[in-house]
Amino acid sequence: MAERGWTSPKARLLLLAAGAALSVLAFMTVGLKGGLAFALELRAVRLAALVEVAVAVAVSTVVFQTITGNRILTPSIMGLDALYSLLQALAVFTLGGLGYAMLPATAKFLGEAGLMALLGTALFLPLLSRRGDIPTLLLAGVVLGVLFRSLSLMVARLIDPNEFAIVQSARYADFNTLDATLLVPCLGLTGLGTLLVWRARHVLDVMALGREAAVGLGVAWRRSATALLVLVGALTAASTALVGPVAFLGLLVVALAERTVGTVRHGPLLLGAMLLAVILLVGGQTILAQLLDNVLTLGIVIEFFGGLAFLILITRRRR
Amino acid sequence: MIRISNVSYAIAGTTILEDIDLAIPSGGVTALIGPNGAGKSTLLSLIARLLPLSSGTITLDGLPVDRTPTRALALRLAVMAQEGSVASRLRVEELVGFGRFPHHRGRPRAQDQAAVAEALALFDLEALADRFVDTLSGGQRQRARVAMAYCQGTDYLLLDEPLNSLDIIYARALMRTLRRIADDRGRTIVVVLHDLNHAAAHADRIVALREGRLVADGPTGEVMTTATLQRVFGDTIPVAEVDGHRIALHFV
Repeated sequence: MAERGWTSPKARLLLLAAGAALSVLAFMTVGLKGGLAFALELRAVRLAALVEVAVAVAVSTVVFQTITGNRILTPSIMGLDALYSLLQALAVFTLGGLGYAMLPATAKFLGEAGLMALLGTALFLPLLSRRGDIPTLLLAGVVLGVLFRSLSLMVARLIDPNEFAIVQSARYADFNTLDATLLVPCLGLTGLGTLLVWRARHVLDVMALGREAAVGLGVAWRRSATALLVLVGALTAASTALVGPVAFLGLLVVALAERTVGTVRHGPLLLGAMLLAVILLVGGQTILAQLLDNVLTLGIVIEFFGGLAFLILITRRRR
Repeated sequence: MIRISNVSYAIAGTTILEDIDLAIPSGGVTALIGPNGAGKSTLLSLIARLLPLSSGTITLDGLPVDRTPTRALALRLAVMAQEGSVASRLRVEELVGFGRFPHHRGRPRAQDQAAVAEALALFDLEALADRFVDTLSGGQRQRARVAMAYCQGTDYLLLDEPLNSLDIIYARALMRTLRRIADDRGRTIVVVLHDLNHAAAHADRIVALREGRLVADGPTGEVMTTATLQRVFGDTIPVAEVDGHRIALHFV
């Protein structure tokens, strides 16, 4: 049944893994100068952050797309990362810039991630009755995204201009200035979330068949969908906290992964999406920083190609 | 035994089913018939816990379907709902293999593979096993979906309009296969049918609904009469007998 040799999903995953390893190696070694230990440590921290973001975005996108029954919408297109920015703006507004800055970073992040998981689930669970109805979901996502962005803009205007800088830094995707204080909790949360999703990979295969088929096969649909949406919210928080919103990265890596790995099974698909995201982020960052001397930022390049992929997927969806 | 008592169902104030009391005995083929909008699919979905039960009770071998863990039910009852979205990029063999999920939860063993092979053979799908489901014709896909439900290996098999888009030969073959499954393996099959004559030729019992109410329930011979069909469809349908088969002349 399954293809063998160099076209089998396993071989393709191995190739992707080699590509990811190469990207990591290049990221750590190309253009090293000055104090070796210092430079390596600096790079290792940034590498860990990039890999964390790659994994969190890839996993949350695959899960979200399977539960909502499409391969076009992603948590960020649906405005989930805008919600995170709004939560941060609200926190700064209510606590004041100083009060917000004085909170312990880990507790703050975990609180925000928990709130995200809760709000995200509350928002998207009702939308699941429209599973597979892409126009409606897309419309809801656009409206929600605009709503959250305008609300956080409004909150930002109410905030003292000095404190606004704190919010501002959290609003744009930035792979150069990572928030290193959050690295450990983000890594932990992403690791845990990814492990739980990995264990549910067979259930995800069944859920991809649709609600009725999945229930018929003994999957407790509502409970599974709720639990998975909680994970999507937490993972989105874990990636947004480190680099800010990246709207089209998830869309791009899952679309590429599906075509590269050549299977819709969630085990290989999740692995493929994670590896491709690592190649894109770590490899892309290496090329832009070392070869092109940072004339472009990675965020812009990924949004450009991701946006193109989004348009192509939308216009080619004719069934 | 499937026991349905006092079941009513409404969507946004519109009554779909009203006070259904019905017992479907174990074994054999039971056909669910009725005009469009009679509530056949809704009743089937309620039995298969695909829709939430709002009033009344439905039990399967004594287990209330709305309160039994869905996984436990999946080992006793398989359902093929009317076609929704089709999973793309799945091969026929993989789709049919999903029927074994309640048994292996993602790690198929030898007996699961054997069951898939048997289902593929039984529904004449061996030549299509490696084809992607989205490249099949409607009728071929329908057969794959029935095979998947059969593959689940449950005592109860519920099928909603399995003859949809099947040609006459495959429609007859499918009904004969269902008959055989019921006879040889003691399975209980409940099937929503549009074609009265398929129900007449292959079902042991016929349950008829009209506008959400039960109008007839009995052995096929008793329901397949002009008088009963008049009550079900609200129009005269002559019934003839050819070679010992009751035939509804609904096309003349």
